[in-house]
Amino acid sequence: MSLTRTSSAKREQRTRSLRDWAIFTAFIGPNVLLILAFIYYPLASNIYYSLLDWRLGSNSAEFIGLGNYITLFTSPTGLDMWRVTLIFTVSTVAISMALGLALALVLNKQIPGRTFARTAVFSPYVLSGVGVGMVWNFIFDPQLGLLSHVVAFFGQNSPEWYLDPDLALLMVIIVYVWKNLGYCAVVYLAGLQSLPRDLLEAAAIDHAGPVRRFFSISFPLLGPTTFFLVITTILSSMQAFDILRIMTPNGNGTNTIVFELFLQGFGVYQRAGYSAAISVVLFAALFVITAVQMRYVERKVHYA
Amino acid sequence: MRTQKTSAEAGPEDPVTDGGMGHGETASRRRRGLSALGSPARTQRASGNARAAWREAIAPGHLLDTILTGWLPLLIAIALIVLPLAWMVIASFKPPGEIITLSPTLLPQEPTLGNYEAVADSVPLGRILLNSVIVTTVGSLIKVVLAITSAYALVFIRVRFRNVIFLGILVALMVPPEVALLPNYLTISALGGRNTLWGILLPGLGTAFGTFLLRQQFKTLPVDMLEAAELDGAGHWKRLWRIVVPVSAPAIATVALVTIVTEWNSFMWPLVITDTPESMTLPVGLNLLQSVEGQTGSYGSLMAGAVLVIVPVLIVFAALQRHIVSGLTQGAVK
Repeated sequence: MSLTRTSSAKREQRTRSLRDWAIFTAFIGPNVLLILAFIYYPLASNIYYSLLDWRLGSNSAEFIGLGNYITLFTSPTGLDMWRVTLIFTVSTVAISMALGLALALVLNKQIPGRTFARTAVFSPYVLSGVGVGMVWNFIFDPQLGLLSHVVAFFGQNSPEWYLDPDLALLMVIIVYVWKNLGYCAVVYLAGLQSLPRDLLEAAAIDHAGPVRRFFSISFPLLGPTTFFLVITTILSSMQAFDILRIMTPNGNGTNTIVFELFLQGFGVYQRAGYSAAISVVLFAALFVITAVQMRYVERKVHYA
Repeated sequence: MRTQKTSAEAGPEDPVTDGGMGHGETASRRRRGLSALGSPARTQRASGNARAAWREAIAPGHLLDTILTGWLPLLIAIALIVLPLAWMVIASFKPPGEIITLSPTLLPQEPTLGNYEAVADSVPLGRILLNSVIVTTVGSLIKVVLAITSAYALVFIRVRFRNVIFLGILVALMVPPEVALLPNYLTISALGGRNTLWGILLPGLGTAFGTFLLRQQFKTLPVDMLEAAELDGAGHWKRLWRIVVPVSAPAIATVALVTIVTEWNSFMWPLVITDTPESMTLPVGLNLLQSVEGQTGSYGSLMAGAVLVIVPVLIVFAALQRHIVSGLTQGAVK
């Protein structure tokens, strides 16, 4: 008696779990398939392509082992890409975070108009990089640009932003900071607003000035926010593309890693194998950075 | 009614009327206060706070401080943000003669729509706009639906290995789309998807971001609610659309808005997979315009093009900024 009941219960459980699996697959299957086909498969095939000397569209490819990686880390072109990526990433991250924090401190004051200011400052972050690049192309134009008119007002000639590679790099850094500054400001503002107010008030009662309060209390307590921003802005700076492509279409001292990946694979050279090697290294670098962040965020969640 | 009373109470010495900014802030605070507590007392205090802020900001001892460390830096920041965009809009209405000049005027002397016509002459603008609208709406719709069903499956359907699948999606979240550029180009080309709308859409449809975000949201829902529905005989499909989706509307709206903006701005993949003007989306078409007109300094039409891609997003952002900001700063603000 009891035996039949268990076996029928078991059978019911099995059909139930089968039904659950069917629904589960129907719900998540398409998404999983798409992710497999267009994220995981590319990851794996890139590793294979990266071992080939292969031009896009060509039928013949030569297996060259780690040749592309050696080029990437030793050739002048490869080393220049790392130099430009480093300068671009470090300066955009440092400048946007410093200015973003300064702006957040102002926005954190109880002054009228700050809601509007916060919205305005954040807005470039959501705009098309292509559109933003076009707008700034006009502003930086040495003959017709707004900047050239300002410079002319002081009796100077406009710098040749598009001819000198160093100036071109400076130019795209300025535009990139303009676009992403608001993100840092808003994240820092959220951090500032979550600081314990009683601590800051107690310090004020003890006659600690605003500068002292900032460096001894606010900034150290903002540590997690600063860490989060360092990671996320490094990730996005390394993936910069739209502005670079629009302002310097074929790269001119502005070939950061993702731009170079595109130019090598789809530009004049069509060096698919080399481009794949850049993809693999880019993925490895970003994976490590993200993993560090996830680990850290996990810990924060546990102790918070 | 309350609004009227508040501004009547404000009195002559209260500068809330100045510029309207104060009003905006008061109103938004009141709304937040209401949604949080729904109590009139809280509302009263919130509007009182805004007025107190004004009074304190311009109090004799504070005025200089407010101007030097508050309004002045904010004004500079806003000017630096707004000026390039304003210059873009203004230039898009200027005839060529007012752009190629040594002494430009602030406003167009003879405003014209000629630049927009010039854009339409250089590229098939109607078609390109239509492509962008189709890609954005269809792409976002599919992505949001996939994110909703995936997140539901991960949270509410108990099967073995579901955590393994979630881990797989989590790892996919770390893969930047650029890494997949070349292999996806080969796959889509082999399938005959170059210069087609489905070729632009397909590789981006899998959604790790949306799934991750909605999973977080669904996990906060009370289990009892769904168990009650299950006892009433509602299947997963019904529970998803009748219960989970309605109560998660704000989170879904956030995912949808972020997805729409990202799709609209998307550039690298459509650039690689299209080379005929008729199949391009707006950013790619503008890239073409830039390479054609950039040489001749036809900035009027270039700015008209930039207006077309930038202004729609600015309008959406101005209207719904709170949802968009919270979606884009995920992870930072707990």
